[in-house]
Amino acid sequence: MQDLLSQYHSVEPQKVKTWIKVGATSEFPENGGACIKYKTRQIAVFNFKRDSQWYACQNLCPHKLEMVLSRGMTGDSKGIPKVACPLHKKTFSLKDGSNLNGEDYKIAVYPVKIENEIVYIGFTD
Amino acid sequence: MKRVIVVGNGMVGYKFCEKLVTKPQREEYKVIVFGEEPSPAYDRVHLSEYFSGKSAEELLLAPKNWYSDNNIELRTSEMISGIDPENKKVTTYKNEDFEYDYLVLATGSSAFIPPIEGSHIPGVFVYRTTEDLDAIRTFASKLKPEGKNKAAVLGGGLLGLEAANAAKELGMKTSVVEFAPRLMPKQLDEPASKMLQSKIEDLGIHILTNKATIEITGKNAIEKMEFSDGTHLETNMLIISAGIRPRDEVAGNSGIEVGKRGGIKVNNKMQTSAKDVYAIGEAALYNDGIYGLVAPGYNMAEVAVEQITGGTKTMADHIDMSTKLKLIGTDVASFGDPFIENEEVTAINYENKQKGIYKRINVTKDGKKLLGGILIGDASDYNNLFQIYINGMKLPEHPEDLILGFREEGESAMGSVLDLPNTAQICSCESVSKGQICNSISSGECSSMEDIVKLTKASTGCGGCKPMITDLLNESLKSMGKEIKTNLCEHFEFSRQELYDLIKINKVRNFDEALNLFGKGHGCELCKPLLASIFASLNMETANQQVTIQDSNDRFLANIQRNGTYSVVPRVPGGEITPDKLMVIGHVAKKYDLYTKITGGQRIDLFGAELHQLPHIWRELIEGGFESGHAYGKSLRTVKSCVGSSWCRYGMHESVGFAIKIEERYKGLRSPHKLKGGVSGCIRECAEARGKDFGLIAVEGGWNLYVCGNGGATPRHGILLAEQLDDETCIKYLDRFLMYYIRTAAPLTRTAPWLDKLDGGIEYLKKVVIEDSLGIAEELEQDMQDLVNKYECEWKQAIEDPEMMKRFKHFVNSHDSDDNMAFVPMREQKMPKPWVK
Ligand code: SRM
Ligand SMILES: Cc1cc2nc3c(=O)[nH]c(=O)nc-3n(C[C@H](O)[C@H](O)[C@H](O)COP(=O)(O)OP(=O)(O)OC[C@H]3O[C@@H](n4cnc5c(N)ncnc54)[C@H](O)[C@@H]3O)c2cc1C
Ligand code: SF4
Ligand code: FES
Repeated sequence: MQDLLSQYHSVEPQKVKTWIKVGATSEFPENGGACIKYKTRQIAVFNFKRDSQWYACQNLCPHKLEMVLSRGMTGDSKGIPKVACPLHKKTFSLKDGSNLNGEDYKIAVYPVKIENEIVYIGFTD
Repeated sequence: MKRVIVVGNGMVGYKFCEKLVTKPQREEYKVIVFGEEPSPAYDRVHLSEYFSGKSAEELLLAPKNWYSDNNIELRTSEMISGIDPENKKVTTYKNEDFEYDYLVLATGSSAFIPPIEGSHIPGVFVYRTTEDLDAIRTFASKLKPEGKNKAAVLGGGLLGLEAANAAKELGMKTSVVEFAPRLMPKQLDEPASKMLQSKIEDLGIHILTNKATIEITGKNAIEKMEFSDGTHLETNMLIISAGIRPRDEVAGNSGIEVGKRGGIKVNNKMQTSAKDVYAIGEAALYNDGIYGLVAPGYNMAEVAVEQITGGTKTMADHIDMSTKLKLIGTDVASFGDPFIENEEVTAINYENKQKGIYKRINVTKDGKKLLGGILIGDASDYNNLFQIYINGMKLPEHPEDLILGFREEGESAMGSVLDLPNTAQICSCESVSKGQICNSISSGECSSMEDIVKLTKASTGCGGCKPMITDLLNESLKSMGKEIKTNLCEHFEFSRQELYDLIKINKVRNFDEALNLFGKGHGCELCKPLLASIFASLNMETANQQVTIQDSNDRFLANIQRNGTYSVVPRVPGGEITPDKLMVIGHVAKKYDLYTKITGGQRIDLFGAELHQLPHIWRELIEGGFESGHAYGKSLRTVKSCVGSSWCRYGMHESVGFAIKIEERYKGLRSPHKLKGGVSGCIRECAEARGKDFGLIAVEGGWNLYVCGNGGATPRHGILLAEQLDDETCIKYLDRFLMYYIRTAAPLTRTAPWLDKLDGGIEYLKKVVIEDSLGIAEELEQDMQDLVNKYECEWKQAIEDPEMMKRFKHFVNSHDSDDNMAFVPMREQKMPKPWVK
């Protein structure tokens, strides 16, 4: 099980080695999420239409290790963009991956860039 | 800096740390905590929930990083084996020494094991720590494949019964062996014990009283318990729960004074015989007593913190041992002196064998004071009675009203919570008084439950005082002429009803517009689904229109399951289904390898569909004549029926036909919470209509209409709204009732709690629905008719529109499916692989 989790580490924008093209912006729902695949990883991508921001994080919920976060509801808590897991509604910051319910769980977050209506996610490999 | 060493990181040791870090002098102390258990302090009171699904983490009182964040050095798995009070040092089992300025012993207690031959044979356990529970679970799971399934619990007290219930939940045939002639002899009188015994036996637990165990026998593992009367009991495992023993061994060996029958002696400052050494919690012997409850332990922790930081607080002389037990499945409570019997006292009893309720209160002869009591089967009055008792409040003119449940609409026998004296302790776990709560409200510091919890920590212990705090908050705000704040969330400073009206009047079309006009930020998982529900209730908008504001189940028109797959529930109105349609379901289930089960709502659930399979499955079901069952929505679920007059020899009317008619009428209707109905053909009530949000029972001359029933977590029988209605009037009243509920209920409030909060209760509701006292009846009917006319099956909508179909894909950039998903076989079908604990 730990193997599953150990594939996901937050990537800082300045450390990105490869930008992976994952689809056109129109393929991602507005103010919601969808999932993409890169190698063996599942990454949830979120399109915050109201302020034109994009975020990405692991699709794996650290609570019960299911690939579900992209299907969660998005929103913000005191200005911090977040996603609520569809299974037990634990909420995670999409800025730094911390758990907003004050528990130990944490998720990895990835940089997103949009060029010519195409979505790219940054990885270090 | 002074060094404080805490020995024991249990509930009370933790509370000590928590209280200390809030002190202004906090910086003057370096705190080191030694805990023998591998895990940081957890909620032992709710230990049994470890078996019913709570994880060890969820039970933690604070996560591990709480200690470091608060500058506390926590050393788990480190036992203290010696104390040197002369040189102010403690020694760990690894022989490391640590010096202290203050030492706090919070070593708790261990399970008492009576001196019975054979008590260390494998298969004999105690019930105190998460490790104990792990061991019990592992042992039980090994027994089962061998065809062994008998468990016994030694001890019929509070903990023993809890352990017995846990063993039963593990699938064991469980017996309780009690030495005394009855259960819980310390807390209950004889009739109460009897009632409790029969309730527990109803749960399937066998009870043996008057049995002294003299030997436990077995070769490789326990096989039998031998009793002094020559009889025996065969069993495959045993949990001993015969009382507790304070952990005073380290203190005792180090020359600190301990009691004859155990416990570290303390005065009312929690000081032991050694200088600067304190003892708190179950290890402490105070006023010749050991107190096996958290509330006194928490008080002790507070006193110790105060004493160490220079305060003056001391422990009260009398320690209250009132308890409300959480014996899953039945209410039990006792308070004050439950037994007291003399010339000065009258005991008032109420017993209802059929319902399994027994209540007793002990009142002074002059009828002025409540001295104690017992509640079995229905402990809902516990909080009120306890407050009256503990505060010595005046009793009503007829004290029996306190337990006979006679009261005016919406009023408790106690009157208003505001009548309590300011000193009344509302939360005994955190010792928070009514005064503290009310002052925090009147000073403007707190205006919501959340504020109060944050400021005072009230209700964070056992949680039993929560309803009372809510009442205090609401009543105080009301008495200050303030509106009770019912903001949805941080994004909308409105109540659901206000938003409903705002959206309706301003003809707001979507969530974004609503945020722009009335809210702020991006919204969240509270306001999004709520607004989605309002849009649906106003325009019959399906979940396909504003997809990403839907609750995550509605977004995919299916309920997400444990492994991220979904369930599929086609509507089967009234539970009536043709063989051909049954075959369609069977065919689809087989083709997609879905687990099938008959639900509690008279229809069939197909589990284990992957996201991308959902539209294919639904296409086939729709072709076979089915529609969405809305099992995922806060909307009409099922209208359950009984077979009624078409077949049943007692049937008064055609209940199936009417159930179908109603289900067809309200299908797709979104509401503040889910809605369920039932129609029974006669008063035998086989459709359980009174357990539903609306229920119809056929009687001579028409239908009796009951409303606001509830199964689920807080079961409630529906209340009669109107009698002997013809079909048409019945539907008219239903339209009005449902629409009025949809307009006015708070989010996620079922009809039963909604009615509870409705000023004037059922009488008021009758006026609105039947007499049209608000003059809105016609409007309500019209609104409902509009919604009914606009109904569309949202699954049909989804599969017919390629745009809408897009969301049913696991990956945007690949056609693969989720490879993390795994199933295991179960009986003749399958299930998701279990979660790692
Ligand atoms: C499938 C079913 C159990 C079964 O195998 O029989 C079921 C399954 C679930 N119930 Fe239920 N309930 C089912 C009948 C019931 C009943 C019995 C009934 O309807 O006659 C009740 C008690 C009656 C009542 O609601 O008053 C019931 C009371 C609940 C509650 C508690 C509601 C309450 O007011 O306390 C919840 C939790 C909630 O809604 O917040 C719940 C929630 C759930 C959820 C949705 C939990 C979840 O979020 O995943 C389960 C979803 C399973 C799924 O994905 O399909 N379920 N649930 C039943 C589906 C009936 C159907 O055909 O639609
Ligand atoms: C199943 C169960 C249900 C219960 N239900 C209720 C209830 O409904 N209501 C209620 O009020 N109470 C209930 N209780 C009782 C309640 O849990 C206790 O009163 C409370 O836990 C006492 O807290 P404590 O800190 O004194 O002891 P504990 O929680 O036992 O903590 C003591 C800790 O100290 C450690 N320790 C001991 N010696 C050493 C040493 N030498 N060095 C280092 N560490 C040491 C122990 O390992 C333990 O972790 C229940 C208890 C159980 C077991
Ligand atoms: S189906 Fe209902 S009762 Fe059963 S586990 Fe799920 S929510 Fe609980
Ligand atoms: S699996 Fe995500 S919150 Fe439980």
